[in-house]
Parts: sequence; structure tokens; C-alpha cells
Amino acid sequence: MTQGSLTPTESPSLSSAGSISGPQPANLGDILERVLDKGIVIAGDIKVNLLDIELLTIKLRLVIASLDTASQVGINWWQSDPWLSADAANGSGRRALEEENRQLHSRIKALEARSRDDG
Amino acid sequence: MTAESGWVWMYGVADDDLGAFADSVAGVGGSPPRMVTAARLTAIVGDVGDREYGAAALRRNLEDLDWLARTARAHHAVLEAVADRGPVVPMRLATLFASDAGVTGTLQERADDFHGALSLVSARSEWGVKAHAVKPAESAPAPPVAGREGPATGPGAAYLHRRRAQLTASKDARQEALASARTVYAELGRFAVSSRLYPPQEPGLAGQSAPMVLNAAYLVADERAGEFAAAIADLTARHRFVQLTLTGPWPAYSFVGEGDGPGPR
Repeated sequence: MTQGSLTPTESPSLSSAGSISGPQPANLGDILERVLDKGIVIAGDIKVNLLDIELLTIKLRLVIASLDTASQVGINWWQSDPWLSADAANGSGRRALEEENRQLHSRIKALEARSRDDG
Repeated sequence: MTAESGWVWMYGVADDDLGAFADSVAGVGGSPPRMVTAARLTAIVGDVGDREYGAAALRRNLEDLDWLARTARAHHAVLEAVADRGPVVPMRLATLFASDAGVTGTLQERADDFHGALSLVSARSEWGVKAHAVKPAESAPAPPVAGREGPATGPGAAYLHRRRAQLTASKDARQEALASARTVYAELGRFAVSSRLYPPQEPGLAGQSAPMVLNAAYLVADERAGEFAAAIADLTARHRFVQLTLTGPWPAYSFVGEGDGPGPR
């Protein structure tokens, strides 16, 4: 599945958006990744602290996420899904599983106790 | 530097035989790009006002996501227009000089670096390759559970079995996706001059809900771009736990930065 054109002479540009066979405009995340973190660094006459921009990209993620599906399911939905996040699998995800496990155990106990009473 | 003065925004550096390019491209701040030539190099620059691009304003504006998005796209659009004409060494966003003299000085001081980087990216393009893990369908029927595995055979036990099977399938799919990502990264490297790994983007950043397991950039000779794309199609067919996305061609942002050396050795 490709997004870009397969011929290097064509380049993704806004002008070609809408054409079915043409390349799509580059997405903002891909552009920011490159123009903020890559490219040659020259000491110009204005100093910009790129660490500030790093903070900013974190904010950007949240904003884009909030405009997207996250608004429906909570902004940090991917952080709590153990399948989506290794951290979550070791942290809150595991806690959730432990809790679920505990509830299931007590449910099984209750069912077993009832079947003993019935029998 | 007075408050009324403007600044010179530097997009990138090209060979001095670049020629006229893309008059239609609106540069950063709507100011049309122009060229400054020195040391057999052409700097592509634009004039921007102090009110929006001075040190204090810049710091403030970079915090404004709409402004940042607009500026990043404008910077990128100019570099793309230049890359259509020939090799270009992209500058990081917000490289600003007080005047053309500063640009000329930089071209002269770092001429060797620029010439080296230009020869590295000449007739080559950067391609982005992303892989997203394909999440196994939640609704997949659970494997049949043998009823004699243990004393607990009620609905609770069946649920536990089913849940365990789901989790195992998820974990396996994740492992498969990560393994595929490693294979894809290595195999595509055979078609490239050089490659770089980016950290995976957060789910949601690009409107993708599936976790990203590979975010790579390749510097590929233009004559091999077709082979490269064919290899991606082939890998797509062979790895069902990842979905591959090709982006590009990009100006060679990822291959001109610090630590890459001045050029091919």
C-alpha cells in the first residue's frame, strides 16, 4: 500500500491533491518530523531552542489526537491499551488485567458455591 | 538590528546552476523565495518581517500550532520545488539571518560541507517507509475449548480460556509485527544508499489508530526508485501483520544533518 508516487520525478504537492493516481500531500506529522528534527543545522542570527520545539511536538500530538478519534474515547486511549503500548502492558494494563482476574475468581467462587448449594 | 528590520529565512542550499525555479511557490510568510549565490553555491532564501519572525515573536509563534503547521508546510513546499530542479541540502526550520551578508558568509565558511552534502544527495531522493501493526480482529471466533482440561468447566472457565486465547493472539500478532518490521527495514536497505530510523509516531498523530512499528527513511538513487517501490509491494504481500506506507520522494532531510559526515567517503 503506497501513498506516494512511485516515480521520483513526481513529488507530493498540494496541487496534485485530489488526483486519484497522483501522490497525496505529505502529512503534517511527517513534515514536522523532518523540518524540526532533521535538515542541516546552521548557526543563524536568531537562536531557537529546539528543545522548546520538542515540547511543542508533544502538544501537537495531543491536539491532533483530540481532533481525531481521541475526542470520542479519551485523549490517552492508546496509553491504556496494553496492545498499543508496551508501557501500559507493564503498568496500568497489567493492573487492569489483575483486577479483571480477581473479579473473575470471585465470580467463579460464587458460582461454585451456588452449584454446591443447589446440589 | 532595529525593530523595523526584516530577516532572511534560509530554506536550503543548492548548486549554483539551479536556475530559475517555481515562481508559483509562496514562501514562508507569503514572501517569494529568491537566491543568494556564493562559493559555487546557491542559497534559497526569503524575506520575512521582524514582527512575526524576530527572536521574541518566533519563540511565541512556534508555540502556535496553526502557525507552525503553516510555516512548516511553506518551508517544505519551497524545498520540494527546488528538489524538482536538482539536489538540495535542506536547512532546519527557522534558520534566520539578519541580512544576505550572513548567508553569503555561511556559504563561504561551510562551502566544503555543502558541496559534500550536495554530492551525497545528487540524483537521489529520500523515501519514507512506515509500518503499522495490523491488529487481529477482536471478533475472531475463539478456538474450541476442550471441556476436560480441568475441574472448572462452567461459563467462567470458558470465558477465561477465550480471553487467554485472545491475549495470546494479540501478543503473537504484536511479536510478528515487530519481527516483520525488522525484516522490512533490513530488506529495503539493500536498495538504498543509506537509511535512518525515526522513533515510531504516536497512534493518532497521523490519524492512524494502529500502533506504528517502523518509521524509517531511505536515501535511494532515483534510478532505483522503481525497484524500491516494487520491493515494498513484495514485502506487503509477504508480511500480513504489518501495513506498509511509502511516502516521498522527499528532499533529503534525513541525510544531511550533523553526524552524517560532509559527504560520501
